[in-house]
Amino acid sequence: MLNYLLQRLATMVPTLFFVSVLIFGLQQLLPGDPAIALAGEERDPAAIAYLRAKFHLDEPLPMRYWYWASGVLHGDLGESVRIQRPVSDLIVEKLPVTLELASLAILIALAIGLTAGVISAVKRDTAWDYAANVFALWGLSTPNFWLGILLILFFAVHLGWLPASGYVSPFEDLRANLAAMIMPAFVLGNAFAAVLMRHTRSAMLQVLSSDYVRTARAKGLDERTVVLKHALRNALIPVITLGALGLGDLLGGAVLTEQVFSIPGFGKLIVDAVFNRDYSVVQGVVLFTATMYLALNLLADLAYFLVNPRLRH
Amino acid sequence: MRWLVLAAAAALASAAHSQTLRIGLAEDPDILDPTMARTFVGRIVFAGLCDKLFDLDEKLNIVPQLATSSQWSPDNKALTLKLRSGVTFHDGEKFDAAAVKYNLERHKNMKGSSRRTELAPVTSIDVVDPLTVRLNLSAPFAPLLTVLTDRAGMMMSPKAAQAEGEKFGAKPVCSGPFRFVERVAQDRIVLERFANYWNKGEIHFDRVIYQPIVDSTVRLANLRSGQLDFIERLAGSDVAGLKSDSRFKIDRIVEIGYQGITINTGKSELGQKNPLGRDPRVREAFELSLDRRALVQVAMDGEAQPGNQWVAPSNRYYAKSFPIPKRDVAKAKALLAAAGTPNPTVTLMTPTTSDAQRIAQVVQAMTKEAGFDVRIQSTEFSTSLDLADKGQFEAYVLAWSGRADPDGNLQIHLGCKAPLDYSGYCNAEVDELISRERATLDAASRAKIFEQIAAHIEKDRPIVYLFHRHWLWAHTAKLTGLRTVPDGMVRLQGLQMK
Repeated sequence: MLNYLLQRLATMVPTLFFVSVLIFGLQQLLPGDPAIALAGEERDPAAIAYLRAKFHLDEPLPMRYWYWASGVLHGDLGESVRIQRPVSDLIVEKLPVTLELASLAILIALAIGLTAGVISAVKRDTAWDYAANVFALWGLSTPNFWLGILLILFFAVHLGWLPASGYVSPFEDLRANLAAMIMPAFVLGNAFAAVLMRHTRSAMLQVLSSDYVRTARAKGLDERTVVLKHALRNALIPVITLGALGLGDLLGGAVLTEQVFSIPGFGKLIVDAVFNRDYSVVQGVVLFTATMYLALNLLADLAYFLVNPRLRH
Repeated sequence: MRWLVLAAAAALASAAHSQTLRIGLAEDPDILDPTMARTFVGRIVFAGLCDKLFDLDEKLNIVPQLATSSQWSPDNKALTLKLRSGVTFHDGEKFDAAAVKYNLERHKNMKGSSRRTELAPVTSIDVVDPLTVRLNLSAPFAPLLTVLTDRAGMMMSPKAAQAEGEKFGAKPVCSGPFRFVERVAQDRIVLERFANYWNKGEIHFDRVIYQPIVDSTVRLANLRSGQLDFIERLAGSDVAGLKSDSRFKIDRIVEIGYQGITINTGKSELGQKNPLGRDPRVREAFELSLDRRALVQVAMDGEAQPGNQWVAPSNRYYAKSFPIPKRDVAKAKALLAAAGTPNPTVTLMTPTTSDAQRIAQVVQAMTKEAGFDVRIQSTEFSTSLDLADKGQFEAYVLAWSGRADPDGNLQIHLGCKAPLDYSGYCNAEVDELISRERATLDAASRAKIFEQIAAHIEKDRPIVYLFHRHWLWAHTAKLTGLRTVPDGMVRLQGLQMK
């Protein structure tokens, strides 16, 4: 297990290097001069020249990559040109928001997706199954921004139960925090629940038809134990992978949902930074997110060990 | 009984004094340093944070703020300002002539300053006495007082500015009605009442929270659900729905900027390769094929004032001899025939905002009737600026947020080799006239020079001006004392909740 862990950690180093080159390289493909985009409406030539010099925009690409990469290795992700704050500060500020939103969304997705998936598989070809499929189709085909605005209009404007948008820290006011997060988390979780439901259903159908489940039934175990203890545990393996990938996606920022609900997370940060050509922010946040993604995949692999005893040997 | 009444009165007074004003912004401001700041939305926050030497009133008159009066020297090359006494910065430092000198020099000299060109004619600043300062100019410069009503006139605490340097914007210290508390990027900027504000009788809120909410529907939903008291830039399409709700009020102001179509007449070779950039008759035909009133109705839901100059027809410097031309498709066709291009093709570069897209589509449809084949090239905003800067466009739908003095809408776009001269327009006579209007302090005489400039611009048409947008503000009907100044800033003095 330890060897496996070390091996996996070692492969992360070249991956991260490749990711850093890719992030840096792709960003250079963005059309538009960042100094012009940042110089504001007046675009004073002296201000543009200053920005070019300050952010090494007038130097060759390999040198610029070196400045950035060596800074990263020393723990310095650079500074936002637009608001002149260190990128690491912005990440620290946004990470808890994005983590909370992503975790709540995954919880909602798991609660809905797993339940619907299991019911749909166990009650195959019944009204329950069809209803779960309709639900999955609805979740997959509903655009986030549309559902978000509908929820805002209904729960915030019409009923006045929930705040329309914004974010309150849970340490400031937990109740207000949950009230602000429930709608965006549901919007995100809803789409992901549909995917989870479809995967859980197929995995469950496969497992339910396997020999050991038949044996369990033959032993006289009640259906509840067969489904929940024997079948679901095995069916969970692909679902865990999917959940980890989904969480990784959500940590990268749920761009539209954060925009609609004005949640100050990673997605909103990256979108604003791209439009303003705030290179350091885009590079820093994407690199951080990629690292998180790799770490989550590693965690998912470790979780297999816990779920599936065969893998431990 | 008397105790009860007193207690109730105290409770009411306390409630009145613990009020928070929540303002929804359309974007997240950039750095909160008046020297470095570059965005329109940032100026809205500065209105609560940093007082300026002068301010503007609803009719764009210059009124005192931190400076109480101004006096030009006989040769108009020096401006003496008398300063308000008893003003302190948020950190307790005293506001005086030395602070003004420090601030103006910082605006002029700091690396990366966005105020440098605005104050370019100021060569030196003399402290005459603690409450008098003299600005020495290289040449007379009429727009200077107006420049001092914006960020170049904002005063920061010299002590804080020296200590923080480039980081000043992270925790700005000025002398405005509210002091900085915190900023969570893309979430909120919180200010609280400054107890020693020189004009504190006009301040009726304890805190102001600015919240950037980009989506206009969500911004409005926040207002409707009572989470915000005020929103700026209400979408024109939402006006009708909100008007019928008595809980809210809508205010509209004609902006000091404009929306226009910039034509590449000489920025690059491309300008001379297409008939629109090459031949003034084709540009005249293009303009004659437009019905600005219909354009405003369709593209802006009626929320703009049609215009054909760099200032709106309601502005005192509007050249009245050149009114908005009426649509004349027959004449446009005749002009195109005379130019030998009855069906010119024009690529219209258009930012991806919904307003710009709608404008481009309506212009496309209108000009088609005259024979134009307008091809819309939707381009992300930063990219479009870059292409415009390189002259890689034929025509460009571009808005300018505007400056209170007409010179700020003119020289920077149409002066020879000016920073925003995307058209590549260069007319020595216009440059000469701009120099003259800058050196003329008398408003009536300046207006005459602007008439002469308009004669050139209306003939050459490097920019086809279309209209002047309305700043649309929506707020709870309980909010009173709002001043609708055309610069679009939300002034907090006098605002209160009834």
